[in-house]
Amino acid sequence: MAYLDINHVVRKFGGLVAVNDITVGLEQGEIFGLIGPNGSGKTTLFNAINNYYPANSGEIIFKGIPITRKSTHEICRLGIGRTFQVVKPLRRMTVLENVMAGAFLRTNSATKARDKALEILNFCELMPRKDMPAKDLPIADKKRMEIARSLAGDPELILLDETAAGLNLVEIEVVMAIVRKIRDSGITCFVVEHVMKFIMGISDRMMCINFGKEIARGTPREIASHPEVIKAYLGEEYAKGK
Amino acid sequence: MAEIKTMAKKSWFLPAILGIVAIAFPPFLGGYFQHLLILMMMWITMATAWNLLGGYTGCVSFGHCVFFGLGAYGGGLLYLHWGISPWWGMIAGPLLAIIAGIPIGLVTFRLRGPYFALSMLALGETFRIVFTNWVSVLGGACGIVSSRTFGVEKLPYYYIALVIAALSVYVVYRLMHSKYGYYFVSIREDQDAAEGLGIPTTRYKMYALIPSALFTGLAGAVYMNYMAYIDPEVVFSLAGISIMMILAVMVGGAGTLGGPILGAVIFVLLNEGIRAAVGPISYLIFMVIACLLIMFLPDGIIGDWAKIKRAFRGKKPVYVGGE
Amino acid sequence: MALFGQTFVTGILIGGIYAVIAVGMTLIMGVMKIINLAHGALMMVGMYVCLALFKSFGLHPYLGMIPAMIILFGIGWLLQKYSIERVFGVETILPESQVLLTLALGLGITEIIRLIFTSNYQCAYTPFSARCFYLGGMSISQPYLVGFIIAMAFVAALHILLTRTDLGRSVIATAQDRDAATYMGVDAKRITNFTFALGTALAAAGGAMLLPIFYTYPDVWHPYLAKCFIITILGGMGSTVGALSGGLLLGVAETFGATYWSPGYRDVVGLIIFVLVLLFLPGGLKKVIGR
Ligand SMILES: Nc1ncnc2c1ncn2[C@@H]1O[C@H](COP(=O)(O)OP(=O)(O)OP(=O)(O)O)[C@@H](O)[C@H]1O
Ligand SMILES: [Mg+2]
Repeated sequence: MAYLDINHVVRKFGGLVAVNDITVGLEQGEIFGLIGPNGSGKTTLFNAINNYYPANSGEIIFKGIPITRKSTHEICRLGIGRTFQVVKPLRRMTVLENVMAGAFLRTNSATKARDKALEILNFCELMPRKDMPAKDLPIADKKRMEIARSLAGDPELILLDETAAGLNLVEIEVVMAIVRKIRDSGITCFVVEHVMKFIMGISDRMMCINFGKEIARGTPREIASHPEVIKAYLGEEYAKGK
Repeated sequence: MAEIKTMAKKSWFLPAILGIVAIAFPPFLGGYFQHLLILMMMWITMATAWNLLGGYTGCVSFGHCVFFGLGAYGGGLLYLHWGISPWWGMIAGPLLAIIAGIPIGLVTFRLRGPYFALSMLALGETFRIVFTNWVSVLGGACGIVSSRTFGVEKLPYYYIALVIAALSVYVVYRLMHSKYGYYFVSIREDQDAAEGLGIPTTRYKMYALIPSALFTGLAGAVYMNYMAYIDPEVVFSLAGISIMMILAVMVGGAGTLGGPILGAVIFVLLNEGIRAAVGPISYLIFMVIACLLIMFLPDGIIGDWAKIKRAFRGKKPVYVGGE
Repeated sequence: MALFGQTFVTGILIGGIYAVIAVGMTLIMGVMKIINLAHGALMMVGMYVCLALFKSFGLHPYLGMIPAMIILFGIGWLLQKYSIERVFGVETILPESQVLLTLALGLGITEIIRLIFTSNYQCAYTPFSARCFYLGGMSISQPYLVGFIIAMAFVAALHILLTRTDLGRSVIATAQDRDAATYMGVDAKRITNFTFALGTALAAAGGAMLLPIFYTYPDVWHPYLAKCFIITILGGMGSTVGALSGGLLLGVAETFGATYWSPGYRDVVGLIIFVLVLLFLPGGLKKVIGR
């Protein structure tokens, strides 16, 4: 049994099947990349894992514990942190306060939460921003703050939803380095990303989905040359021409 | 939160001076001013209590009269049925408010934003109607008349109200500087993000509701003892209690420690203080001020203090951080 | 059985009048996505305009309704344009600051009316008010019936306005997606002002229909405001059909509560329905009847 086991998960929105029978297992300590065209159901799969939108059927098991019916905050306490594709900063709180809010998951003391938050801010290279209100941050820093905020809760598995979208090349390098550091500290990473340079560069294993269904799985190299993936991204014509 | 912290560091002597004035001066004041001060303390307690749930946690309740009314009726009912001194209401009232608050929270916290506000409004009205109509148990529309322990003497009531007001401010201050405070504000800023950070949002809303109900109930119990007369149209009043609590907080500044205090003082001064001079128009004046404030300083006098300073000095924008 | 029928018919008739008041509210809520707590007070102003016309010129409320609607249309437009619009979309600590503004406006207006007309109970009494006729053992009060008929005419006219005219379609478009409507060339601000004014005028019409039936006083609007919410939540925002069915349902439920439980608990019935619908039927009847 894998570290995070996703078994036949289905999630529908009305008539639309956003996640259609996905089965995948993540191993402890790896970076697992998930790609797919826009609207293919990646975010929905994340939302099913931490139960923002409960799965209609199927099962999700984390470290041997079924979490399909647990509430979002319980799942977080069990050790699954996440970031949001559409960032959700706690707008009127400062960056430090945002990260402290995450750190309080494992401590009741404000001093300890503060120390933890400062340590994480340092790790994510956000120190200079710590006293800025979150709503005033540029997008790149908001995304990084989201990572910091969920790291502060000492997750064992972190779900990163498009943390590189909208960033410039320098910023992408910084985030890539941070994700590698996160993995090196022993945290398993489940990464959704459109920026190929990013996801191909860091993933140990990858999966590609389209219309909610798995179409390919393997190493970054295998995925990059998989005909189904090329078809999904570039269209039928291009795939044939190759 | 940053704002509160710097304020507290810089000026611990401000509360100290206010405290000394509040303790030492009232004995030298006339009965009318003592009456105003008692009302001020009551309203400071209520506004502070409302602010904990509404201003900090973001659950804007349009029905806090439920807790005020139950706080008042706790003692009233003991007196009505068993002739026990209404002072026991200081325990029974808030207890009743909390006992009612828990199921109310469990039901209404499932709703968000304006729907929560409206469901609280509906509950407030329901309580008013039930207390008006259930004559045999609750006394009905005529209300309950009790006796005043201290006769016409006002000072004892003032000191009791002062202690409760100070306690409410202190409790909120302590809560807001602990994990609870961070969690309350997180819930207000983004409930989904808060859940995702592992915050059990419903439970923490409840942690905000319980002290909020407790202090609102205490204010009700003080009111009951001081007035020696309660009736459902007054203590469960939508316009007179629930709405005024919100407007007082809005005027001063929601989500700040000082806002409810300032708002309550302004409200009592306008509503009671100048009524003697200008008659019922004082209420209209308060409403006009409230409208103008919401339009031009939507975060209240304290919340938008930077804006006010800027307007007067023509300086560059200064950000007042935190909440 | 006669009592049952009587209760039912009375409920339907009064429910129709509620529907006119509520349809204004649901329209405003649909377009502006805020709860308008001034709605009840504006209805009350409409009642007082009719009352003043009745007292000084002997104009029957059903006729006074027309000038009252025009006046309230203007008041609504001005309030929206110069006050509520200012706080529209402003980010504040309490997201409900717009709602509170409408509330403060409503309470302020009430005080102005109190200054002019005092707190006394007043009515527009005509011999017509007490008249009723009998139908199969049930007595049907004339002002209820006439009020109901006028109310239905208004709801129908509004429905046609919204579905058949360009102006109405712009209102619907703005309600559905403000940004998209703006890209399509709709002047969303103007449409919002218009919607607010129209909703207010409809509230005034409802008030005028209530005038021959009930006493009025400056605080008369509190229960009607609550009824508007209940109907809006029941019927779903921005739907005329929803408001109509919500209004009739509430009217019937209330009258049954008053007849078979206790007149004092009349308003509690609505409030209980309200909380139950909020909890168990989010989206209201609109969702169930699939409109
Ligand atoms: N709350 C919702 N209600 C209805 N439909 C939804 C909802 N959330 C997502 N969907 C639909 O589910 C499908 C999958 O959406 P999802 O956001 O999971 O895609 P994605 O792979 O994350 O896309 P992107 O790369 O653009 O982020 C889309 O068609 C989307 O429209
Ligand atoms: Mg996505």
